[in-house]
Amino acid sequence: MTVPTNYFILLATALFAIGAAGVLLRRNGISILLGIEIMLNAVNLALATFARQHGNLDGQVLVFFVMAVAAAEVAVGLALLVAIFRRHRSIDVDRLNVMRW
Amino acid sequence: MELIVFAATAALAIVSACVAVVHRQPVVNVLSLIVTFFCVAVNFALLGASFLAAAQILVYAGAILVLFLFVVMLLNAPVVEENEAKRPLQRWGGILLPLVLLAGGAAVLTPTLLATAATPTDGTAHALGRLLVGPHLFAFELVSVLLLAALVAAMVLVKRKQ
Repeated sequence: MTVPTNYFILLATALFAIGAAGVLLRRNGISILLGIEIMLNAVNLALATFARQHGNLDGQVLVFFVMAVAAAEVAVGLALLVAIFRRHRSIDVDRLNVMRW
Repeated sequence: MELIVFAATAALAIVSACVAVVHRQPVVNVLSLIVTFFCVAVNFALLGASFLAAAQILVYAGAILVLFLFVVMLLNAPVVEENEAKRPLQRWGGILLPLVLLAGGAAVLTPTLLATAATPTDGTAHALGRLLVGPHLFAFELVSVLLLAALVAAMVLVKRKQ
């Protein structure tokens, strides 16, 4: 038998919650980027689920675009982290207080 | 059968995502996130999105996480000391917000979306490709420009000044 739609949505919600907790709780720059990746993946899962629910493929096309944007985001984010590490010798995001009011 | 596969991959995905978020060593975080992404790929396959399952493994597990591993090993940064006591707002927000999300999701979605798929769709590469170069051609081209911009930006950001 096929898996009901709300099971997938609940899994996506749980993954999104875990990713959000990671972004808020961690201070390590790499872990924060990983939390963002988990959240993007949860949203992808929800989009694919709704695509199946409505019986068309537009949701899956949107997942494809989200994947491309995630790849771009990771490339720029990791490049920023490398630049930050060269300057501060640390990837602790609490140390980045130059532009804080 | 599908329910068993779903339950196993969902449990594994949640456990490995928790490890990816909680563990202090970045290498362990990245490696356990690979497990999460494989489980999500299996879920894509269960949803009938065969192309997305392949793309998930190729793009996420293959490219993005290898990039993460590469940066973790290139930087070889010391383990960041996590003193959350300094930031009570962020700490309680980080614990409460996911709980609210979970409770809201469970309360709102469980009664309303009980029905399964109206017509199961088959997201093959052929079907998705026809959509991508048909109605979504402009967005598709825009994404290629975005990827080029990200590539150039990444190279400019990490370039050392002569």
